Amino acid sequence: MPPLLRILDRGAMIFLAVLAAVTILIPFLNLVFPPDSIFHVPTYLVALFGKYVCYALLALSIDLIWGYAGILSLGHGAFFALGGYAMGMYLMRQIGTRGVYADPILPDFMVFLNWKELPVFWYFFDHFWYAAIMVLLVPGVLAFVFGWFAFRSRVTGVYLSIITQALTFALLLGFFRNNFGFGGNNGLTDFKDILGFNVQAQGTRAALFAMSCIALAVGFLICRALVTSKFGKMLVAIRDAEARTRFLGYRAESYKLFVFVLSACMAGVAGALYVPQVGIINPSEFSPGNSIEAVIWVAVGGRGTLTGAVIGAILVNYAKTTFTSGPLAPYWLFMLGGLFIAVTLLLPRGVVGTWQWWMERRRSLAAAGNTTAPRAPQAAE
Amino acid sequence: MCALPDRLVALLFALAIALAVPTPPVAAQPAPAAESTAPAADQPAAALTGLAAALAHFLEDDFSETDTGISEVVATGDPRAAVIIEALQDGRLSFSAEQKKVFYKDASGQLIDALTGTPEAAEPADLSEVRLNNRVRRALDAAIGGMSLQARDPDKRFESAQAVFKSRETSVLPALDAALDKETDPRIKQALTEARAAVILFSEDASEADKLDAVAVVRLRGDQEALNLLSGLPAGAPATVQRAARDAVTSMQSQLAAWATVQNAWYGLSLGSVLLLAAIGLAITFGVMGVINMAHGEMVMIGAYVTFMVQEYIRTSSPALFDYSLLIAVPLAFVVAGLIGILIEQGIIRFLYGRPLETLLATWGLSLILQQAVRTAFGPTNREVGAPSWMSGTFSVGQINITYGRLWIIVFTMAVFVGLLGLLRFTRLGLEMRAVTQNRAMAASMGIRTARVDALTFGLGSGIAGIAGVALSQIDNVSPNLGQGYIIDSFLVVVFGGVGNLWGTLVAALTLGVANKFLEPFAGAVLAKIAILVFIILFIQKRPRGLFALKGRAVET
Repeated sequence: MPPLLRILDRGAMIFLAVLAAVTILIPFLNLVFPPDSIFHVPTYLVALFGKYVCYALLALSIDLIWGYAGILSLGHGAFFALGGYAMGMYLMRQIGTRGVYADPILPDFMVFLNWKELPVFWYFFDHFWYAAIMVLLVPGVLAFVFGWFAFRSRVTGVYLSIITQALTFALLLGFFRNNFGFGGNNGLTDFKDILGFNVQAQGTRAALFAMSCIALAVGFLICRALVTSKFGKMLVAIRDAEARTRFLGYRAESYKLFVFVLSACMAGVAGALYVPQVGIINPSEFSPGNSIEAVIWVAVGGRGTLTGAVIGAILVNYAKTTFTSGPLAPYWLFMLGGLFIAVTLLLPRGVVGTWQWWMERRRSLAAAGNTTAPRAPQAAE
Repeated sequence: MCALPDRLVALLFALAIALAVPTPPVAAQPAPAAESTAPAADQPAAALTGLAAALAHFLEDDFSETDTGISEVVATGDPRAAVIIEALQDGRLSFSAEQKKVFYKDASGQLIDALTGTPEAAEPADLSEVRLNNRVRRALDAAIGGMSLQARDPDKRFESAQAVFKSRETSVLPALDAALDKETDPRIKQALTEARAAVILFSEDASEADKLDAVAVVRLRGDQEALNLLSGLPAGAPATVQRAARDAVTSMQSQLAAWATVQNAWYGLSLGSVLLLAAIGLAITFGVMGVINMAHGEMVMIGAYVTFMVQEYIRTSSPALFDYSLLIAVPLAFVVAGLIGILIEQGIIRFLYGRPLETLLATWGLSLILQQAVRTAFGPTNREVGAPSWMSGTFSVGQINITYGRLWIIVFTMAVFVGLLGLLRFTRLGLEMRAVTQNRAMAASMGIRTARVDALTFGLGSGIAGIAGVALSQIDNVSPNLGQGYIIDSFLVVVFGGVGNLWGTLVAALTLGVANKFLEPFAGAVLAKIAILVFIILFIQKRPRGLFALKGRAVET
């Protein structure tokens, strides 16, 4: 099979087609139709959908490592937030003299803390290209260092999950400190411009939404290319029997490290696109609860399916928005908790996974006549 | 460390003043009032003239005269002096230059002649208040301190001696000497001696020999307060005294540093025991079943709420039992949390064996549900759990203060630990649990019903978390988020200590607790915590199975 066809199977084509339609349609409906038209999509909805798309990209990055390499990271929110902070720093530097204290160099919170000069790690963040590199570099380097130590020492399973959680917890505590240099408790907010465009403007919002969709599509294509290649087969082999793969002469840790770093970079990009759309980044993004919640999006959609991760993220977040804004708000945590339990107990393959499994079974039943269907290989931990 | 004694002394000082000030005249407290403002009839004439002469100073409307007046009034030793001095401090003392009389108003506003103690019917036309400035106020405070040095209540005497030690007011010296002569209580005598030494060190006319003795006395006291006193000696002191003080400061500093280490170790031990209490149940379930129970913190929280409910019930039904509320809550919390644990195992975890990561997610969901359920039932705010009388209060060992609450929690933690160790070592369930930990398949083939062991283990682990909740309710806010604060720490303890070994958990918890408290003075609480987290992350790289890993082929999965 030619590589392109292998990457773009029917499911992937459908997914990309829907994504393309959304990418064009939502900004179009937002910008072209006047606000009183029934076809008009309000700007706040565009920002909301943009947020979902960023979450979907985060979910995709988790699915890549959890679904295919069996690495359950409970700290992926950390990479997401680091990407977000890198972008937030760029946006802070763009405020310039329009801040409350009108300092041309220092962001407001530094003036407030009585700092005299910009810390070294804030240098160059007034250039977009530098911030864009940092969005990839910071999560990537952290993931590389962390993963290099962890995978080389063969820290696996729940141990790895716990130390990833400790990692994001440590970052949470650190970013809460004022003298850490990232705005402490309040984080970074009050953004004005991105690349010269007002972040609040309707057009910028639509463009950011489209950018997020494109990033999701690119991320999806990279993941598809990876998991359908020989490299993807190796990941699945490591997931299902790491020791055996190692005995066959493969360096499992290198494969895991590569995919972990790639996944962290994707999460960083998701965070970077998320920040201008919600207008704030603060340390609560590092809280372990957020990372675990992102994992459940993947579980709902179906791990190891890629499209499932995207669908799960959008479904769960849509439900969250609906329920937390209505009279059912006090029951949302019951529902979220119930979702965790129900999905792991009753729907271990997730929505998309179950559907795929069911289709496959029907096909093989049809092919084999009345003989019992061979069981589809199951994902091990 | 240094803040505590400071604050304590300041508090005592405030107390001493508070106790001295409101001793009200006539109306409010008939008995002492009768004693102190006794009519002039049975007073010796000499005292009257003495007091009259002293009071005359107040008529001058001059601050330094007022100052002299205060010391003279105190020097008369007259019982009425206290009332006059207090009135002066409260701004109730006034005088009439025309009549050459000093008056004070009592609590009911009645004007009373200060000399005779008789009520004055008509207010003199030129009545004006005796004014104060800061210098006079200082003299007043010292005078009041000096007077309360001979109070009846020994605690009050002790407090005022401490207050004098801190204020070092030279004018109190005669009062101090008088008090020292009469004092019989050795504790107060000691405090008075130290106070006298402090005063002498700061007085200008004391001899060099006296000052050297004083340095020795203060040096023996050895706390932060004494250190502050000696390092802040006036520049005019003789060279020998200064040298002696410097020596004393150096030796006291090293002594205090040693005490600070002991104190840090104690705080660390206390924190470690809390960590151990929270983690030990988790260690059992993780060791036996390989299951990370994210809802473990919620079991702790449920235990705390059981304590709250027990106390509520006792408050309304039989308040006399309040001191036993924790003793009643412990078994109850164990049973409630244990039963919930068994329910969870039977309802959820049983179906997820062999899939530890999904168990982690399911129990996380469960923890959200339990938190929200408690929030719905009890409200999101903190609930008050009281401390029984035997758990409140402090005592001091050397230079450190130990609260009974912390001490009991350490004792309790050790009792739970030993009990659990005994249970694992000497009971059938313990034997089966150890067997399942080491080799599940082999244990099953030997006829151990692993499913039953799992359920009971989970119940036991949850029950112990419930017990931990009873103890933690004493030192933490009882709110639906109580458990969340402990869950990550507990995991780290278990992972650090190694699976399937309670001693590992003990060592890990105490190490982390002590390390945390020793880092805090250098780095601050948050950085210390981050350092510990980073340390554990690095440690896991080195020893992925913890400090005390089980060895053998069966464990490797």
